[in-house]
Amino acid sequence: MSRAAGAINGFRGLPLLIALVSGASVGYEILLMRLFSIIQWHHFAYMIISLALLGYGVSGVFLGFCKGWLNARFERIFPGCILLFSLAAPGCFWIGQRLPFNPAELFWSPLQPLYLLTLYLLLSLPFFFAASAIGLTLFRFRGRVPAIYAADLAGAGLGCLAVIGLLLRLSPGQALIALSVINVAGLFLVSIVWKKAEWVWGASAAVLAFLWLAPSDWKTLHVSPYKELRQFLRIPGTRIIDSFSNPIAFTDVAESTVTPLRYAPGLSLGADREPPQQYAVFSDAGNMSALTRYNGDPATISYLDQTTSALPYHLNKPGHLLILGVGTGGDLLQAERFGVSSVDAVELNGQLIDYIKTRFDAFSGGTFTNARLRLHIGEARGFVAGTRQRFDLIQIALMDAFGASSAGLYALSENYLYTVEALQEYIRHLQPGGYLALTRWAKMPPRDALKLFATAAIALELSGIPEPGRQMILIRGWQTSTLLVKNGRVTMQDIGALKTFCEDRSFDIDYYPGVTEAETNRFNQLPESYYYQGALRILGPERESYLERYKFAIEPATDDRPYFFQFFKWTTLPEILSLYGQGGLSLLESGYIILAAGALQAVLAAALFIGLPMWLCRRRLGLPDYSTRLWRSIGYFFLLGNAFLFIEIAFIQKFILFLHHPVYSVTVVLCSFLVAASFGSAASRRLTDKRHGQFVPIAGIALLALCYILFFNHLTGVFLHQADSLKILVSVLLILPLGFAMGMPFPLGLQRVAQLSPGLIPWAWGVNGFASVISANFATLIAIHFGFNAVVLVAVGLYLTAVVCLPVIDSGGELTRKD
Amino acid sequence: MIYPTCVRTAILLFFFAGFARAETDAYARQRAAMVAEIEANMAQTAGLLGRKGLSAEVADALRTVPRHQFVEEEMQPYAYQNRPLPIGHGQTISQPYIVAVMTELLDAKPGDKVLEIGTGSAYQAAVLGAIGAEVFTIEIVEPLAAAAHERIAKLGLANIHTRTGDGYYGWPEAAPFDAVLVTAAASHIPPPLIKQLKPGGRMLIPVGDRFNVQQLVLVEKDPDQKVKTRQLLPVSFVPLTGTHQ
Repeated sequence: MSRAAGAINGFRGLPLLIALVSGASVGYEILLMRLFSIIQWHHFAYMIISLALLGYGVSGVFLGFCKGWLNARFERIFPGCILLFSLAAPGCFWIGQRLPFNPAELFWSPLQPLYLLTLYLLLSLPFFFAASAIGLTLFRFRGRVPAIYAADLAGAGLGCLAVIGLLLRLSPGQALIALSVINVAGLFLVSIVWKKAEWVWGASAAVLAFLWLAPSDWKTLHVSPYKELRQFLRIPGTRIIDSFSNPIAFTDVAESTVTPLRYAPGLSLGADREPPQQYAVFSDAGNMSALTRYNGDPATISYLDQTTSALPYHLNKPGHLLILGVGTGGDLLQAERFGVSSVDAVELNGQLIDYIKTRFDAFSGGTFTNARLRLHIGEARGFVAGTRQRFDLIQIALMDAFGASSAGLYALSENYLYTVEALQEYIRHLQPGGYLALTRWAKMPPRDALKLFATAAIALELSGIPEPGRQMILIRGWQTSTLLVKNGRVTMQDIGALKTFCEDRSFDIDYYPGVTEAETNRFNQLPESYYYQGALRILGPERESYLERYKFAIEPATDDRPYFFQFFKWTTLPEILSLYGQGGLSLLESGYIILAAGALQAVLAAALFIGLPMWLCRRRLGLPDYSTRLWRSIGYFFLLGNAFLFIEIAFIQKFILFLHHPVYSVTVVLCSFLVAASFGSAASRRLTDKRHGQFVPIAGIALLALCYILFFNHLTGVFLHQADSLKILVSVLLILPLGFAMGMPFPLGLQRVAQLSPGLIPWAWGVNGFASVISANFATLIAIHFGFNAVVLVAVGLYLTAVVCLPVIDSGGELTRKD
Repeated sequence: MIYPTCVRTAILLFFFAGFARAETDAYARQRAAMVAEIEANMAQTAGLLGRKGLSAEVADALRTVPRHQFVEEEMQPYAYQNRPLPIGHGQTISQPYIVAVMTELLDAKPGDKVLEIGTGSAYQAAVLGAIGAEVFTIEIVEPLAAAAHERIAKLGLANIHTRTGDGYYGWPEAAPFDAVLVTAAASHIPPPLIKQLKPGGRMLIPVGDRFNVQQLVLVEKDPDQKVKTRQLLPVSFVPLTGTHQ
């Protein structure tokens, strides 16, 4: 063995490198999610990444086959894997962007599944290299498993933080290169202390130079030609004037100098005035909204009185308005049009607001800077929970694009704006006689509006209103619907104003207390008065059977199952498939299908790439003859991988409602869990020699997780109105003990396996990694159907099953008979 | 045996002519099969769309228009499959079934004036032209508009008029129209287009992404100039199980 290898054997800098490569690998995963959300659509990001992480599993197989050969060349293979990861991370994404993969064509073209498969394989490569570096280290230094695993977890946790930091400063394309540069720079610095490792310095320096000088094309994103931004830019005279990004969104602002942009969704057919000059604003190359010129003359924006969302202004002129999700300010302009004297507006993307205030203040007529407005940067639900103000009108307008929404692309997005609990909260913040106004796309067949109607009815009932129908109004244009929920009964005067408003604008009344069917479905006719019929059934005794018989999932979303945009029902699938020739696939809620298909693919791939080679070559691989032990060990690591991620995913969601910021929550929860787990891993050494030591952390996990399910709202409720920094601190303190316990079972199991069958270590690594990959899909599926509490309960069950699976050693170090 | 040059040439010409004829026949057969498939699908959706099925006029038009000449060469093998196809520049040629449904719903008669916003490959315009309508079609994406213009000229479709540019204001010189088709994505229905629609005329707006039409919005202007819309699904689907409520 060379002296260089001896230095590595001496652990000099090795944990640091493990942490670096682990952090880079997690960072790459997060970056890929962002990158694919921009160049394609985010639900495909789920699918592609779940399979790309197959690289973890395959690395286990690879190490299992070649462990002897690789181990003998550790001093070359280990740095080689790090270098290859650093090159493959941007390189494979660059190649992947060149594939003509088009998700929208997936159901039509036989070539598209092949492109998708190629993408999987390509993106698996970086993960394969990273996992091989870590897995080989675990195998070679099996006596130091807790320390290595601790470095792996700590690195992963810090990697989350680092990538969010990078995304605050750089565009996602630049961040990808930066991630690789940091990784190689780390290798270069550590290898300086290695002896006779000149080739590592040289190779690291060469890779660094290559990445530094990488062609700008490596940092350029090639957005799908079918995304809104690319479609817009095909119009003569259009160009992007500004682009900026943060961890929430990549924003492009574009102008159209030849053909004016005229963005006015849901405009009445009777409208004869077009919008003033507008700039297009794209989020992640889609979700177009418009920034509209305002010269102070309300007549120039009179078109905003021709939309369904203008209804509440005609029923009760609001003195104090709250806009949730202000975006580019369409609702602010509408408030200007109606002369509202006091407005609070909430927006998550502070960067967008700063940009508009700085660059477009004059253009937007000071809409974002006038004294009547108080802007709050943060998550909408969090603002409402934290304020004690009450409003005459709370507006939640369209925040998603029609195309993406109606194709079910948001099915996998958790959304806490439209849950039963959220609506209860909004209603609590209304002045007596005030309105909550929710505008959604009017899809065909109806989905959103009916789901929202059911949500509001239940929210009112839970708020102690015995007859919710007396406080609700639903209207519809050809493109949008608006639901009003009043804090008080709808009066005859309200109904009179409602009828005049709708008649003048050719909008349909779908529901008000006392409406008759003859009054509905007049201007924008559906084959039947679906909305009216649905509203009556939702308010009547047939609610349950109606929701069950409806072919889309329109049961209200809750905080535990926050999937408002998930409309898919398995029972409808055969009918939709039978309509293929009529283009019936447009009825398919593709987000859910992708998720289910991704889970199935992942399981099949696991069986094919991990299970099958393992089974066929078990003797050659030096796997133990005791098949029970083999399967129990594999089962242990498979269950652990799933359980760890299940808990992590479920608690990210729980903390989103406490921290009220998706980015903060993901970062704080993930980082705290992983860093705490790394401490747990390091501390697990103390339990190694204890005969039943593996039960201790599992008991801790089960107890803490169950406590959190039962008392989470009580524990966090006390701090709900406190400063963000205190809430982050409370979150970290709540996560630490759970994460600490969760860091122990893996190294304890690995050390047990090292004692029994060292040949199993690479397999354990691969199986655990792969399980943690498929768990993301399965956790979401469970959450959609049963809620996040169920995800935690399943995780506890998996942990308990895992601990039973772990092979046992008797007091003399021999296997017990049952093994 | 050595053939004289003229004989060899004659054999080759005969061969290629036969090949071309065979190719034409093959496309004609594919077109007939495509129309048969559309007829079967239309039979299921006729009630929902308020039609009796695929009319003879539209079926004849679909049998006549060589769809393979409206797509890129590499897409020609798929031209007569009942699926949308990419035509470049982020645009598509609609699924033939949807083209048939839209043509039926527009209810254009020979001599009617039809305005189309979003020419694309000009296949839809050619089908409407084959019925005998006078079609005015506008495309904003310049390379697409140029290719469509060239294609229409090559096929000698004299009753189709093309224009490159913004379709928002329609084609005032040729207005009013018996039917208007808005295939270009729009956040709202341009008021000038409603004005250019004849009383009793129909405007159709397919809504969805480039590869899937999710619904069809049919705008009807009655003789009193009042406008109402009908939202139609191109598929035979009702949202509630059990009794049709």
